Amino acid sequence: MIKVLFFARLREQLGVGNLELSPEEAGTTVAELRSRLQARGGQWADALSADNLLCALNQQQARGDESITAGDEVAFFPPVTGG
Amino acid sequence: MTEVCIQEEDFDAGTLQRELLGDDTSIGATAVFIGCVRGEPGAGQGDPDAVLAMELEHYPGMTESSIQAIVDEARSRWKLQRVRVIHRVGKLLPGDQIVYVGVACGHRGEAFQACEFIMDYLKTRAPFWKRETTPVGARWVDARASDDSAAARWQATGE
Repeated sequence: MIKVLFFARLREQLGVGNLELSPEEAGTTVAELRSRLQARGGQWADALSADNLLCALNQQQARGDESITAGDEVAFFPPVTGG
Repeated sequence: MTEVCIQEEDFDAGTLQRELLGDDTSIGATAVFIGCVRGEPGAGQGDPDAVLAMELEHYPGMTESSIQAIVDEARSRWKLQRVRVIHRVGKLLPGDQIVYVGVACGHRGEAFQACEFIMDYLKTRAPFWKRETTPVGARWVDARASDDSAAARWQATGE
């Protein structure tokens, strides 16, 4: 399975903090996973279309073209505001 | 000593200063940054923008590793004897300490630079998100373009 995490405003917009998807459901790259989630429509389409969203693969900042496989952890989140 | 700590508890600058120095007499300078929760951006009571409380969310695991990567990068740029970064999470109130960056090294120039470098990168790379409670409700804090440009200037100058 592939673990998908959402944080902060995005988590609230989606109403869910994490998902477990099979590799077939998730697709082959981070970007494909994102577009498949957007295709769910409704708040998924809206919230995941924000062009300032960041993503991480296995807790490393990702660009989107990285391949994903079973056991991976992918996270989507808004720009960070710590410090 | 763990260089990076994410914790709910407050921290004591005096204790941290003693730990930063230890018994290493090659240290000639320490630079410390402490960030606090700002309470009232506007003026007067009843201001709808007044911050009553702040909630800090983070991405456990990635937070620690991303800050450690920033510290490692600072170490590759400057000779640093000790570095310590503490970031608090959970519920905080105006005036509360939120972040500590302490750097100990030979001379003041590199101490100032390394401390600022770590803070600038932490602001743009570490996965924390602030949510403010105001008199009219709670809202997520938006990222600031000025934080991005503060981090970017370290790339432009190569230092």
